[in-house]
Amino acid sequence: MNINWGALLVVAFVSFGSAVGVVVLVSLALLGLSARANGTAVGDTGVAGGGSRLGMSSTAGTLVAGLCLLGAVAIAGYGLYIIIN
Amino acid sequence: MDLSVIVIAVVMTALVFDFTNGFHDTANAMATSIATGALRPKVAVTIAGVLNLVGAFLSVEVAKTISSGLVDDTQVTPAVIFGGLIGAILWNMLTWLFGLPSSSSHALFGGLIGATWVAAGADAIKFGAVVTKILLPAVVSPILAGLIALAATYLAYRITARGEDGTVKKGFKYGQIVSASMVALAHGTNDAQKTMGIITLTLITAGALPTGSGPPFWVVLSAGLAIALGTYLGGWRIIQTLGKRVSEIQTPQGFAAETASAAVILASSHGGFALSTTQVATGSIFGAGAGRRLASVQWGVAGQMALAWLLTLPAAAIVGALAAWVASSGTFGTIVVAVVAIALIAGIYLASKRTPVTADNVNDVPAPPATPLPVNA
Repeated sequence: MNINWGALLVVAFVSFGSAVGVVVLVSLALLGLSARANGTAVGDTGVAGGGSRLGMSSTAGTLVAGLCLLGAVAIAGYGLYIIIN
Repeated sequence: MDLSVIVIAVVMTALVFDFTNGFHDTANAMATSIATGALRPKVAVTIAGVLNLVGAFLSVEVAKTISSGLVDDTQVTPAVIFGGLIGAILWNMLTWLFGLPSSSSHALFGGLIGATWVAAGADAIKFGAVVTKILLPAVVSPILAGLIALAATYLAYRITARGEDGTVKKGFKYGQIVSASMVALAHGTNDAQKTMGIITLTLITAGALPTGSGPPFWVVLSAGLAIALGTYLGGWRIIQTLGKRVSEIQTPQGFAAETASAAVILASSHGGFALSTTQVATGSIFGAGAGRRLASVQWGVAGQMALAWLLTLPAAAIVGALAAWVASSGTFGTIVVAVVAIALIAGIYLASKRTPVTADNVNDVPAPPATPLPVNA
């Protein structure tokens, strides 16, 4: 009996890295979008300090969200690519 | 019996199995999305059905594994495969009746192994391949998926703890729809191939294809359509179990669970490991439940599932062996097996009508005892 432990380990590491990576990236993106949402709300009400609770401005939050979502999409897209090819 | 007749009968039975595989496994992709309300039930099963069909065309790695690895092709007859499929179909129907998300893959492999053993002896089974290609991934994959989902769920709650509640909920809801769609795609990629593999094996044993062949296009298409139709009809009883009876799933957990399932299934499929998507999805949902709070997981339900998992391979093997033994006697035996199987399936279907579970009442389950959440959700 020849168990291909190497292939199993690769599957385990790739699965763990990609899944946790995607969830973390999306979570960070939502944090960024929260800063953006807070900033928008501040703009509407005229109260100062929007987004500061999260430690980032509305613009920075949007940037972080965009980059993180891009990363998550890239991981998911690469996963599909290697399956197709 | 005319060889072409039994080959056609086996191909049709394989597609019936594929259909039951679809409705048995709809829950794998869509149970959490339906439970959290991210998708309406009918929309969820429609998306899952379409993506299962698409997934069937993405890879044939697993199909090649099944047709050339588990049993000695030269000693297996179409009648044996017919018996194996009957064992798998009956086990799928029985576990569906009880709402248990057992593995369609194990039912298929069990039925095939039992039938082969009776007809051609133990030497026709490649036990080493069974262990390395089937059993080992089946043990490792749900544990791996559970650990990944647990870590992902913990991190998701931890990271978004300071986020704006509405944004976070909405974001995870959309994320869950995408990740569930990925699981449906992965399911089509992985599970449709098992039927492709069985049909290809049948064609090889009948001499219609040379040994070592991959599945022809018509096999890929018909297997994809059968699993897609089964998925669309939705195995609501199992969806209810996975979505509402394991844990009170919230959108971050659903997203984490579906992402973990998709990653494990796609990575394994690419590596040619014919794992059980049901066990992966179930492991992920338990992991996601434990990632939020251990007490929110219904471990009693886990025990029932574990029992069903343990019984699947031997139970399907016994039925498969019996069916193959009768079917091997000739045309009359094959007809007897088919008639008995149809009668049993009809009986199970009628029994399910006593307590119907449909798209309308799939979420009507009392919530598990409420527990305080560690973070906002």
